[in-house]
Amino acid sequence: MTLTPAELTSAVSGGIGTSPQRPDGNLKVRGEFAYASDLWHEDMIWGATLRSPHPYARITSVDITEALKVPGVYAVLTHSDVPGRNLYGLEHKDQPVLAVDVVRYQGEPIALVGADHPETALRAMKKIVVTYDVLDPVVDMETAADDTPLHPGGNLVRHVPIRRGSQDVTADVVVTGRYEVGMQDQAFLGPESGLAVPAEDGSVDLYIATQWLHVDRDQIAAALGLPQEQVRLTLSGVGGAFGGREDLSMQVHACLLALHTGKPVKMVYNREESFYGHVHRHPAVLYYEHGADRTGKLVYVRTRMYLDGGAYASSTPAVVANAATLGVGPYEVDNVTVDAYGLYTNNPPCGAMRGFGAVQAGFAYESQMDKLAEALGMSPVDVRIRNAMTEGSVMPTGQVVDSAAPVAQLLKLVQDKPLPAGTSSDIRELPGGVSNTTHGEGVVRGVGYAVGIKNICFSEGYDDYSTARVRVSMVNGELAAAVHTAACEVGQGLVTIMQQIVRTELGIERVTVLPMDTTIGNGGSTSASRQTYVTGGAVKAACALVRARLDGRTDIGDEVIDETTEWRHRATEALDPVTGQGNAHVQYGFAAHRAVVDVDVDLGLVRVVALDCAQDVGKALNPQAVVGQIQGGSAQGLGLAVMEEIQTSGGKVRNPSFTDYLIPTVLDMPPMSIDVLELADPHAPYGIRGVGEPPTISSTPAIVAAIRAATGLALTRVPVRPEHLTGT
Amino acid sequence: MRVNVTVNGEQRQADDVWEGESLLFVLRERLGLPGSKNACEQGECGSCTVYLDDVPVCACLVAAGQVQDREVRTVEGLADGDALDPVQEAFVEAGAVQCGFCTPGLVVAAHDLLDRVPKPSDPEIREALAGNLCRCTGYEKILDAVRLAASRR
Repeated sequence: MTLTPAELTSAVSGGIGTSPQRPDGNLKVRGEFAYASDLWHEDMIWGATLRSPHPYARITSVDITEALKVPGVYAVLTHSDVPGRNLYGLEHKDQPVLAVDVVRYQGEPIALVGADHPETALRAMKKIVVTYDVLDPVVDMETAADDTPLHPGGNLVRHVPIRRGSQDVTADVVVTGRYEVGMQDQAFLGPESGLAVPAEDGSVDLYIATQWLHVDRDQIAAALGLPQEQVRLTLSGVGGAFGGREDLSMQVHACLLALHTGKPVKMVYNREESFYGHVHRHPAVLYYEHGADRTGKLVYVRTRMYLDGGAYASSTPAVVANAATLGVGPYEVDNVTVDAYGLYTNNPPCGAMRGFGAVQAGFAYESQMDKLAEALGMSPVDVRIRNAMTEGSVMPTGQVVDSAAPVAQLLKLVQDKPLPAGTSSDIRELPGGVSNTTHGEGVVRGVGYAVGIKNICFSEGYDDYSTARVRVSMVNGELAAAVHTAACEVGQGLVTIMQQIVRTELGIERVTVLPMDTTIGNGGSTSASRQTYVTGGAVKAACALVRARLDGRTDIGDEVIDETTEWRHRATEALDPVTGQGNAHVQYGFAAHRAVVDVDVDLGLVRVVALDCAQDVGKALNPQAVVGQIQGGSAQGLGLAVMEEIQTSGGKVRNPSFTDYLIPTVLDMPPMSIDVLELADPHAPYGIRGVGEPPTISSTPAIVAAIRAATGLALTRVPVRPEHLTGT
Repeated sequence: MRVNVTVNGEQRQADDVWEGESLLFVLRERLGLPGSKNACEQGECGSCTVYLDDVPVCACLVAAGQVQDREVRTVEGLADGDALDPVQEAFVEAGAVQCGFCTPGLVVAAHDLLDRVPKPSDPEIREALAGNLCRCTGYEKILDAVRLAASRR
C-alpha cells in the first residue's frame, strides 16, 4: 500500500504540530549530557589565554622565558607560532588570533599556555612579561569616525543610508528624541569550551560548543595553515548561545596548542574570561524625528543611529543593516531618512546577539511612538494601530511585505488580555521583594505596550542554505530513520524539530539525530531565527527524496536509503549603497508585548508584574518549544530593560561577573501569558516564521513604556537604573 | 592531598588534589561526574548545586578538603537506575529544559524544595529557586515543572 504524506502523518505520533519530548532531555536532567566543558581525554592538558589589561596599547615586548620554565608547562605560544593567517573574522578578517604589536581592547589574547593543570597554566601565564606603550583609547561611538584610526581605512565599519520618498516633507506634529542602549551580554550559562585532539598526520579534531561549525572550520583551517579537510569539528553539548558563539573564541587557540604539543588540549573559560571572550550586543545612540498628521498618521521618520562595534568588525556590517532597514519599526511610512553607522572603538568587540540590530532600533522607535501618542493625545495602542503595517505594506527599503503582518491584531491581542490584580500586599510580590523595602508605600503601577519587527534568515544576497542527510533502514523489523546535519543545536530544540519533520514526512516514528559535524555539508548558522526554516527545509527536502525511493514500502529488507540534499530559501538582494533600496530580507517576524510594572519611586526599584506577548509564528511545529522561545526571549528583553549592562569606563569592563552583571532570576520574572498566531507564510516550509528573536525586541520597550506610565519620567536609556527613577 | 568522600552512596577517593581545588573541580575532573555545572564558579548561578550532607550547596564554593569523610549527592545520584526522579521527569515533560546547562542545579534545588515543602506556593517556589540562573526559558516552564512534580508526590 502506498500512503500519501498526510496519511503517513496520522500514522505516527510525535510529528509536526505536537510537542514530543526532547531527545536529549533525559540526559540533560540526569547530568549526563556532555557539554563542551565536560569533555575529557586520556593524557589531555589544559590551555589558558593571556589577555591584554589595556583597551589600547602598543606591545613593545613579550618575554615567555620564565613561563616556559614552570614545571608542568608544555607550551607557551605567541603570534609567531600561528602557522597560517593570523587574522580572522565573520565579515572582515581584521581580528588577530594572537596580538602582534598592538592590542585594541581589554581582554585581547596575546599568548597561550598549555599545562598539566589549569592552575599550572595560570601560574605560568603570570610569568609572561609583556611591556606596553599604553595609548589613549577611542571610546565614543559618536565621534569615533573622526578619531584616531584603529584599523587601516579608519573607524567607520559601515554606513547604511536609506532614502525613501520626500526628504524634506513637513508635518503638523513632530516629536524628537535621543536614545541610548547599553551593552548587553548574551550571558549563556555554558562557558566557552572545547577539546582539541591532534592526529598523527598533522590534522586535528575539535569538539566544540559553537553556532556554526563550517565557518568555524574555515577560519580555524586558515589560521592553522591546513586544508579544510584536516580540521574536523564535532558539536559538543552547547550551554546556550544567543549570538555569542557566532564568532571564534578558543577554537584556534586550542588547536594551536594541540598541534604544537601533540596532546589533547581542553580549554574552558571561567565567567570573567567569558565576558572578555565573546562579542556583545552593540551599544547604540539613536536620534529620531517622527512627523505625523493630526490623526496620528506618520508622515515621515528620520533617524541617525550609531552602533559601537568595538575593536573588531565581527558582524557589525549586518547589524547596522538590520538597524537601518528595520529602523522605523512595523509601520507604514512613506517618507524615510535613515543613516546608520557602525564604528570601530576600543570598547569590547560587539557582534551578534538575539535581535541583532533590531533591538536597539526597537527601543528607540517604540519610545518615539509613545511620545507621539502623548503629543497627539492618543492611546499608545491606537497610534500604533493607526500606522500598523499589513501584508502588502512597503518597507523603507521598497520591499513589499508579501506574507502575513498582523501588527494590529497582535497589539489588540495583548491589549485584550486580562490585567493582573492591583498591587499585591505580599512583600514577595512588591519591588524589592524579600529585601522588605516597602509594604506598598511609594509604589505606583504602569502599563506599557510595544511591537517589533525582525528579519528572519540571512539577508542582503547571502547564499543562505543548509544541508541535510536522511538515512532509512530496517531496525528490528521496522523502518527507522537517522537524520544528519551540521546545524547546531544550542538548546533551542532543533533536534526535536528534525525528528518531528522526519516523522511527518516519512511516517517513521523511530528517528535518530546523528551528531552534528563537518563530515556533512554546511548547515548554516544557528542565528537569525533561521534553523527551523532553513535546516528544517533541508530535512524536509531530503525526506522527499527518501520517500520517492521508499515508494510506499514498509519493508525494505537489507536496503539502505540514504539521501543528502542542500536547501536554500528564496534569494535576497543587496541594498543599494546610496538609497538603501532592495529586497534585502527573506521574511519578517512580529511580536507585541504588554508590560505591567510596579515601581517604588522612593528607591527606584522596578518589579515587572506581568509581561504578556502575542506573536505570529506562521506554524508552530512544536508549540511547547515555541512558547519556550517566546518566554525566554521576553526574559532577555526584560533584562535589557531594567538590569543588564556591561559597564565600561575608558574601554575597560567594570562588571565581568554574575555578581555585577545581573540577569533576571526567577524572582525578577513575572508570569507570561503567550498568544501564538499561526498565519502561514506561503514561501516557508510548513508556513513557519522564525520564532526566537521577535519577542526580544518588543519586550524591552514595553517595560520601559510601563515604567514611564507609572512615573511620568522620560527614560531615554536602557537599562533603566534606580538612579534614573529617583534622580539621585 | 588525598580526599575520601562518599558520593551518591559510593565511597570515592581522589588523589593528587591541589589544595585550591573546589568540590566542583574534583567531581567534574577527578571523579568523572561532570553533571554539576561550571557556569560561574563564583556561587552566583546555582548550576553546581549538590547536596552536602543533605544540605544544598554550590559545589564551586566548597573547598575539596572540606568534604573529607562527608556525603555528597549530585544530580547523577537522583535517578533510580533507568527511572528518573519525579522532578527530573517533570522538567523534561514541562519543557523546562532548553540548553540544559542550568538544569542539574535547578533539579537539585527543586528536589530539595519538594523534600522540605511538598506543596509549595508559587512565591515559595520562586524564593527557593532564586539562586539558580536560567538564561533560556524565562523560568515559566521551570515553575510548571516544579508544580507538576509537586502534584505527583
